[in-house]
Amino acid sequence: MSFFLEVLIGGLLAGIMYSLVALGFVLIYKASGVFNFAQGAMVFFAALTFVGAQEKLGLPIWAAFPFSLALMILLGVLTEKVVLRPLVNQPPISLFMVTIGLTFFVEGLAQLFWGTKVYPLELGIPDEPIVTTFENWGISLAGVPIVLQEINSFDLIAAFVAGILVAILAIFFQITRVGRALRAVADDHQAALSVGIPLKTIWAIVWSVAGFVALIAGLMWGARNGVQFALTFVALKALPVLILGGFDSVLGAIVGGLIIGALEKLAEVYIGPFFGGGIEIWFAYVAALLFLLIRPEGLFGDKQIDRV
Amino acid sequence: MFYREAGQFKASYKEDQAILPISQDRVGLILILIFGFFAIPLFASDYWLTAILIPFLVFSLAALGLNLLTGYAGQLSLGTAAFMAVGAFAAYNFELRVPQMPILISFIMSGITAAAVGIAFGIPSLRIRGFYLAVATLAAQFFIPWLLVKVGWFTNYSSSGVITTQPVTIFGFIFDSPSRRYLLVLSIVVILALVAKNLVRSNLGRAWMAVRDMDVAAEVIGISIVRTKLIAFGVSSFYCGVAGALYAYAYLGSVEPDGFNLDLSFRILFMVIIGGIGSIMGSFLGAAFITLLPIFLDIFINEAAAILGLKLAAGITSVIQLLVFGGLIIFFLIVEPLGLARLWQITKEKLRLWPFPH
Repeated sequence: MSFFLEVLIGGLLAGIMYSLVALGFVLIYKASGVFNFAQGAMVFFAALTFVGAQEKLGLPIWAAFPFSLALMILLGVLTEKVVLRPLVNQPPISLFMVTIGLTFFVEGLAQLFWGTKVYPLELGIPDEPIVTTFENWGISLAGVPIVLQEINSFDLIAAFVAGILVAILAIFFQITRVGRALRAVADDHQAALSVGIPLKTIWAIVWSVAGFVALIAGLMWGARNGVQFALTFVALKALPVLILGGFDSVLGAIVGGLIIGALEKLAEVYIGPFFGGGIEIWFAYVAALLFLLIRPEGLFGDKQIDRV
Repeated sequence: MFYREAGQFKASYKEDQAILPISQDRVGLILILIFGFFAIPLFASDYWLTAILIPFLVFSLAALGLNLLTGYAGQLSLGTAAFMAVGAFAAYNFELRVPQMPILISFIMSGITAAAVGIAFGIPSLRIRGFYLAVATLAAQFFIPWLLVKVGWFTNYSSSGVITTQPVTIFGFIFDSPSRRYLLVLSIVVILALVAKNLVRSNLGRAWMAVRDMDVAAEVIGISIVRTKLIAFGVSSFYCGVAGALYAYAYLGSVEPDGFNLDLSFRILFMVIIGGIGSIMGSFLGAAFITLLPIFLDIFINEAAAILGLKLAAGITSVIQLLVFGGLIIFFLIVEPLGLARLWQITKEKLRLWPFPH
């Protein structure tokens, strides 16, 4: 039981890391109907800029953050202006394909600026198992003390960061004027335009916010695995989260991330040995796919009604 | 002036429905085929045959398969390489396990196997659409190579997962030299391209396009969406499967499951986008473009560096390749969404009027 819980919690925490990436997808999809495949590349770009600014430009860590953020916002605004503006009203599938092109371009750009080396990323977050902490707290389930060996402090802090990020986004969307405009645009482009919301500005803001989310995700993933090209593959990890949670729901990204993370870890431990391991490459996809067959719009996605 | 159909009258329905109704097109195609079948094997060097022409033809076939699915039936797939892997390993196992198996039958069986797998992974398309489906096809992309690695039977228990293909022999004639393998690939590709061209002109092809343009409307006018979409997945995977078999047998000689990765799938998708979505000829143009581009880029970068006296950082070529590929995809989708095939059409229209502007 204790082992099961440990695996489950480990999975949930890993899932939050997926949610961090998935959030960026959801933001852009909600506001502009573009499925931005390049989000993973943006995560990579952000993380590489953050470490590159320190290594190559010699910026201190507190200055590297605003520098990366500024660059991400610039990238977001330029993407919106140069790539997506000319494609307004094109079929969604063209927009999707153009973001695949964008993925390659941003990956190339990041490496052109900062080189192809693998950098470590130090944020000063302790990364150690927290076995003793839990024992000391005396947390137990039905009289059985829980010993959590796989859980480490880094995962907890990542979860905390994700929580703060979601809270900030929620406040931003619910309370601020720009946030309300964003939600209006997400709901109905034309209606938003007709009440005087500047659509172009809003899209630029959305891409900037997505850049910000990519930066946070990049920092967390980079600190975890090192900043390297493989960071672009976290986007592939976030895709099943999206189809499970629904493309247009922030809540879906979080819940989907938790479910996928937990399922993946449980499957790896309990089902994996029967297949000789390595099933985490595809398991999330198959799980999400099976779910899609039952609910094609995902857990929290809007139901699509087709009319001729 | 050069490309004018004036004076070419069609006297029968048969002539009216010919694949190439204009005589210039017919002559042009025949010249290209003569060039491809006779001139190239005689004069091309082994490097050109093995490093450029054979992969070009193999990728053309794969791009053609993806184009049938994405360009004609409107279902975006990111799992092309996985279906190629199915084809390659199916052909290997048919040759290995069935005694006296003729290689051509193996190729056909590899296509049929890939088609069956493609239909199985196409089933979600009945419920989901657009990029949900694109993401779902990624499941195939990750699952199939994993399965091929994990189940030793597929690779005949080779410890590294690499298979080395058997020699290709048809009626005692061994296809061992580059020019012979080139001719084999060319023949198969020409036949399959002809089939594809006729397929998209048939009622099946029209049903695909109707589903692509608006599936609800297509259903209303009596097209079975289930049947149409699944046939599209099947036919497309058949082409990709045969392409995979040729990729293994005629191009590389030995392949491993991990070689059929997402990058390869993207590369084939790029061929379709740049060549022209929904165009048979576009698949060939795109394949030629994407096969040649890295080679030219490589030469160009090295030359430029030599002239400017720069020392190139390690890995810079692959970085520039990423930039150019990404940039081109963005450029084509914005400026010319119908790709090189559309440019060729515009050229033909200009040639028709030349030397007059209108």
